Amino acid sequence: MENCADVIIIGSGVIGNAAAYYLAKRGRSVIVLEKSGNIGNGGSSRNGGGVRQSGRDKRELPLAIYGVKNLWPTLSEELGMDVEYYKDGNLRLGKTKEHIKILSNLSKNANESGLDVKMISGDEARKICPYLSKEVIGASWCPTDGHANPLLTTLAYYRKARQLGVRFITGEEVSQVKKIKGKARQVVTKNNVYEGENIILASGYESRKVVQCLTFDIPMNRVLLEVLVTEEQPPMFYQMLGTAAADFYGHQSKHGSFVFGGSSGYEAFNKDNGTPTTSSITASAVCRGIMKYFPILADAKIVRTWAGWIDDCVDHVPVISFVEEVPGLILACGFSGHGFGISPTVGMLLSEMVVDGKTSIDLGAFRYDRFRAKI
Amino acid sequence: MSKVNDRSRDIGEYMMRPDDDIIICRCEEITKGEIRKAVYEGMFTITEIRRYLRTGMGLCQGLTCGKLVKGIVAKELCVSPSDLEAAMSRAPMRPIEMKVLGNEKRGGE
Repeated sequence: MENCADVIIIGSGVIGNAAAYYLAKRGRSVIVLEKSGNIGNGGSSRNGGGVRQSGRDKRELPLAIYGVKNLWPTLSEELGMDVEYYKDGNLRLGKTKEHIKILSNLSKNANESGLDVKMISGDEARKICPYLSKEVIGASWCPTDGHANPLLTTLAYYRKARQLGVRFITGEEVSQVKKIKGKARQVVTKNNVYEGENIILASGYESRKVVQCLTFDIPMNRVLLEVLVTEEQPPMFYQMLGTAAADFYGHQSKHGSFVFGGSSGYEAFNKDNGTPTTSSITASAVCRGIMKYFPILADAKIVRTWAGWIDDCVDHVPVISFVEEVPGLILACGFSGHGFGISPTVGMLLSEMVVDGKTSIDLGAFRYDRFRAKI
Repeated sequence: MSKVNDRSRDIGEYMMRPDDDIIICRCEEITKGEIRKAVYEGMFTITEIRRYLRTGMGLCQGLTCGKLVKGIVAKELCVSPSDLEAAMSRAPMRPIEMKVLGNEKRGGE
């Protein structure tokens, strides 16, 4: 088998798969290597599906806004399957005066960055989403936010890229990236050696091991989060939801089930055997949180819970960058739990980095060498 | 330990079969034909099929169809069903109402 391509991508998450697709579309040959037996088995299949601009770090906002304007609305059509994108707005809910203060600040920051987010009353929020309890006294509202199905989006990019001739290989754990004549070129796994003109490293937290063999580091931690899923419910509302108290977030999927993330406060101490594992107390805590906002869901049955790891970068924004010391290498990791919403934009920009050597949106804030000691 | 699995290897083309209409996943109403087709669209593992089609994601969480799906996928890929890893089982064991799962009080007050 031919193990050479224009581009080798390490990691078949939504970022790697999107990059593979946009590169194939521009005529580049691509091989995607995945450690796990399953495509997109990390954070890409374990996230809340938010396609949000509100509540996002200022540095990421241009990527989010570009995606919502230009890529998400036509993504299902482009990839030939439904990724269940809804652009029905984002409500961030408050129950106390303190909450309203937090939300007002967030809205002010968003407005300063040119994003349409406004404060609304409890009754106005109930007009948008009639199922909200009377406890909700106000909310921030971003009408252009939304959500999509992360499982399907990840697999849709995979499926389309595969149709365009991208070679995906699962069960290939990368042990190192080797330089040849001063340039990143070889990708070494236990079984094989792959070669490419460009190498994109998009394997979440696992990227750290690979960059360390090139004698630098990305300061990130693995952080666990938990989610629960209800049985199918009649269609109720399609807004993305969050709260000022951060006691839960989530949405109703196209299928009808609700997907809610949340926290008991103990996730960082969950036991695991190398796979992300739920604890017995988190789902219960999240249920208590949800029922205060949505009493109507008290009888909805929980059918499933799951956990996932995010690759949390020290300043909570990703590294999307060339590496001066290692020409040929492109980094795309450290998405810090909010990579899904910007994944189409990032995939497109990664293809620009390879093909054009520069990007149409400035990525200066995401450089690999931005990390400095505080003193 | 995952085995090396080339997703571009030739497994032929999807051909319709007379029993493609049979419903395999009863909770989510997924047919045998949909499962077979998904394999040719690149979904080579039970986990991928589940995420792609929702087999085993309904009320019974795959207790009914898990083995059947495995058999169908294995046949299309020309491997033994035991070569395919089952999808992860997830808590809770049975569907539980939010008000019950969220109850902290003894006796269900």
